[in-house]
Amino acid sequence: MSAVEKNAPEVMPHGTPKIRLRGVKKAFGKKVVLNGVDLDVAKGESVVVIGSSGSGKSVLLKCILGLVKPDAGTIEVDGIDAIKVRGRERDALLAKFGMLFQSAALFDSLRVWENVAFGLVEGRGMPRAQAKPIAVENLAKVGLGPDVAMLWPAELSGGMKKRVGLARAIATHPEILFFDEPTTGLDPIMSDVINDLIAARVRDLGATGISITHDMASARKIGDRVAMLHGGRIIWQGPVSQIDRSGNAHVEQFIHGRAEGPIKVEVTQ
Amino acid sequence: MDSVLGFLAAIGRTTLAFLAVAGRLSLFAAHGVAACLTPPLYGRLLLRQMVSIGYFSLPVVGLTALFTGMVLALQIFLGSARFNAESAVASIVVIGITRELGPVIAGLMVAGRVGAAIAAEIGTMRVTEQIDALTTLSTNPFRYLVAPRILAAAITLPFLVLIGDAIGVFGAFLVGTLKLGFTSQSYLSSTLDFMEIQDVVSGLVKAAVFGFIIALMGCYHGYHSRGGAQGVGAAATNAVVSASILLLSADYILTELFFVQS
Ligand SMILES: Nc1ncnc2c1ncn2[C@@H]1O[C@H](COP(=O)(O)OP(=O)(O)OP(=O)(O)O)[C@@H](O)[C@H]1O
Ligand SMILES: [Mg+2]
Repeated sequence: MSAVEKNAPEVMPHGTPKIRLRGVKKAFGKKVVLNGVDLDVAKGESVVVIGSSGSGKSVLLKCILGLVKPDAGTIEVDGIDAIKVRGRERDALLAKFGMLFQSAALFDSLRVWENVAFGLVEGRGMPRAQAKPIAVENLAKVGLGPDVAMLWPAELSGGMKKRVGLARAIATHPEILFFDEPTTGLDPIMSDVINDLIAARVRDLGATGISITHDMASARKIGDRVAMLHGGRIIWQGPVSQIDRSGNAHVEQFIHGRAEGPIKVEVTQ
Repeated sequence: MDSVLGFLAAIGRTTLAFLAVAGRLSLFAAHGVAACLTPPLYGRLLLRQMVSIGYFSLPVVGLTALFTGMVLALQIFLGSARFNAESAVASIVVIGITRELGPVIAGLMVAGRVGAAIAAEIGTMRVTEQIDALTTLSTNPFRYLVAPRILAAAITLPFLVLIGDAIGVFGAFLVGTLKLGFTSQSYLSSTLDFMEIQDVVSGLVKAAVFGFIIALMGCYHGYHSRGGAQGVGAAATNAVVSASILLLSADYILTELFFVQS
């Protein structure tokens, strides 16, 4: 545990954190997924969460969004209790977020451009005719041409779906952006384009971000800070520059992708 | 002793599980109704649902109503012949269709067609995280998904039943005149002379309630579906079965209410 203390977020640059988690726990039946997660994300900061498959990274994001109810602990966003908030206050809180789901989660009964424009049209009441060019513009940012706008989600490849999901997440210019594996399933060149886009969103527009990724190149490019989730807790966190000198055996094994080490993968041969 | 305790425990568990479901369903219904009654309402979605629930159910409801009316005329003719009351066929048929068979048969057909479709659609949205995505895009799933379906079903089912009533009576008229030897003049006049406006109205009220039940059960089971394709399949089945059972029990309760009044 000493690694955590040594690398605890040095100084919060802007006072109170934008997102603050304390002792967040979540179990599904007997299976404990989160077991006391503490995490602070400062305003304008980009945190990358890494961890083995099935360690609970996606569940962590869903807890913050209120899509999964934690069993214990507190989650504050801008000082507001994100677990207890209800009604209009909850709507206002959710309006701050943009989320790219791991599965993209596109609305399959709507066309691609309607998916991208959804937050503007349904969430903000913008007329459809006005939202359409904005949707096409956002699609262009993720490398998709205007011809894709009229397609249905079922007609897209996996990587295209992911990029549409990304365009949908950023279309409303949210203050807080969550990306669940944004570059999984993309070719290396497109991955780099997407990494640049995410980095630009967070750096230039001052958004606060949490990204989940297994891709260390992507983590280095988009993250200010890295946090590793293992065994239901954040076992290490620190600036992205220190990731090669973490001094934590779990992190070392993870970033070098070794089968041998403290993280056990059970397989029968 | 142990077996007695085990038996009691099983009863207790079942009762608790039943109460939990009843509570969850009531809460879901309350949320759904609240979303129907307060703005904003998604007019586009409501219209689309009215077309898919109402308009596209017309062939099914029309055909079943036609055959129901025809068979009813035959059976009642046989029955009433036993005490020489054949002349009452037309009046009994019209009461049977408007008060009871019209709404119930249309309700059951729509439960099978629409209840399953709603559960499958919303269930798929649930298991593919589309409902989570809706929420994060500042859109309340009860307003966006549940309210348009409940409203559309409760509004269109009375119209469907009204059309079904007319077709059913027409079917009975065909059998009566072509097969049972009534003149069309006498069949029509005895249909209309003894029909009361309340017969039709009570049937239409039932239809609205049935529509509400069907859409509610479809939404409820879809919204709470788990797992993948299998979970969605189970949700569709449960939606149809529970809607049919609730529909028939609501039918009795409503009939008793109308019966006491008249
Ligand atoms: N709705 C759910 N019901 C039951 N168990 C769940 C549910 N959602 C997640 N889990 C369990 O929680 C654990 C963590 O899941 P999660 O999706 O957060 O993993 P992850 O870290 O995102 O993995 P990956 O990198 O593969 O996406 C898994 O073991 C999964 O089985
Ligand atoms: Mg995940």
